[in-house]
Amino acid sequence: MMLIPCPWCGPSDENEFGYGGQAHVAYPDNPHALDDEAWGRFLFVRENPRGWWQERWFHSAGCRRWFAVARHTVTNEIRAALPEPT
Amino acid sequence: MPTLPTHPDFLWAEGEPKRHYDVVVVGGGGHGLATAYYLARNHGITDVAVLEKGWLAGGNMARNTTIIRSNYLLDASAAIYEHSLKLWETMAADLDYDVLFSQRGVLNLAHSLSDVRDSKRRVFANRLNGVDAEWLEPDEVAKIAPIINISAGVRYPVLGATYQPRGGIAKHDWVAWAYARRAADLGVDLIQQCEVSGFDVCGSGDGRRVSGVQTNRGPIGADRVALVAAGHSSVLAARAGVDLPLQSRPLQALVSELLEQVLDTVVMSNAVHVYVSQAHKGELVMGAGTDAWNGYGQRGAWHVIEHQMAAAVELFPIFARAHVLRTWGGIVDVSPDASPIIGLTPVEGLYVNAGWGTGGFKATPGSGWVMADTVAHGRPHALAQPYALERFTTGALIDEHGAAGVAH
Repeated sequence: MMLIPCPWCGPSDENEFGYGGQAHVAYPDNPHALDDEAWGRFLFVRENPRGWWQERWFHSAGCRRWFAVARHTVTNEIRAALPEPT
Repeated sequence: MPTLPTHPDFLWAEGEPKRHYDVVVVGGGGHGLATAYYLARNHGITDVAVLEKGWLAGGNMARNTTIIRSNYLLDASAAIYEHSLKLWETMAADLDYDVLFSQRGVLNLAHSLSDVRDSKRRVFANRLNGVDAEWLEPDEVAKIAPIINISAGVRYPVLGATYQPRGGIAKHDWVAWAYARRAADLGVDLIQQCEVSGFDVCGSGDGRRVSGVQTNRGPIGADRVALVAAGHSSVLAARAGVDLPLQSRPLQALVSELLEQVLDTVVMSNAVHVYVSQAHKGELVMGAGTDAWNGYGQRGAWHVIEHQMAAAVELFPIFARAHVLRTWGGIVDVSPDASPIIGLTPVEGLYVNAGWGTGGFKATPGSGWVMADTVAHGRPHALAQPYALERFTTGALIDEHGAAGVAH
């Protein structure tokens, strides 16, 4: 089980959290301007790297807030945890 | 001095890769080996290499729980999985190699009123699609698997089950070896410890075409490349400039120590989330859903194991005294609609077969069959058509999440 550094509650067990996948995926400024391919990419295509990436977690059994961390997808090492801008 | 036993005959010959092939299959798991075999047998394409970065069938083929069934809800799913199940039924004879395919039946338990309705709906849909399926009441479930606790007093009582008598299990390693041996007999080169690091793609935009792969054993030219790399599919496809909508997650499984035979069918429960069979040797083989997060470490977290053990012990009180012998994890590539991605890519000559998620083992023969046909003819096999990458643009998803007893 990973120890996940909630920026508000401190390090907590993984099973206190929900997972949100890739972080910083912006909603399109003007969704109606997107063609089917661009809209499909926004809906379905996410990064899936072997290595470092940024992902979202939700502290469902704690402060109930979202935040983002940088985690290595092979070693599970976690670096900086940051509140995600809304 | 005692005489040492001689090494048994090798099932296939190891060789150096040639500099060029008609077809290169990237990934020497079950699906890749089956693809190579059917390319040679069904289509007479024998100038084929299977490139495997580790050892043959050392990824998810060695890590799954070997459950085979075809009782999916949706037409496209029922069609491809039933095609696969029919191939399982003749596999040992076709490949002249026993794979211990045991049609011991698969029970999918229902624990709530909505489970019951969804299960019955799936039984009706299965029958319309020619898939054997029955609805069983709790007392009928107990006749097939007496060790299941069907009392009403548990937190999630068994309200019935769907039953597919033709489902079952097989010996995963033997399946891979059978395909490898027969593919090699037909002239396919099986190259282990050959890691593909990139693709040779010429042209740009819609005019891109693949001409080979880069590997740790040098460049290998290819007229056609079939990418069949399970958990690493999206990482590899990205190197060819193709974005696949996949997320790679750990999926864990475990076995108990060897026990007397107590369970001669396969039992799955999505609601309390565990699936169990008992291997021929006697181990209880169990699995559940993926860990929630993306990962390539081939290991998951202990609380996921603990959760599925709690489910198993509630369903099978007799298991409380059993011991976990070994747990492990694999990397499964999960697509947005929990269905595979099979077919052409924006790069001409590059084909993909990925996204089987947690359910790929049962599809091994069918997947190889349709992939080989797709590569041989340069267009999707009829059963693969609904699974094209384009569905994530058109929105014609094959949404098997939850609908068909697909455990994720």
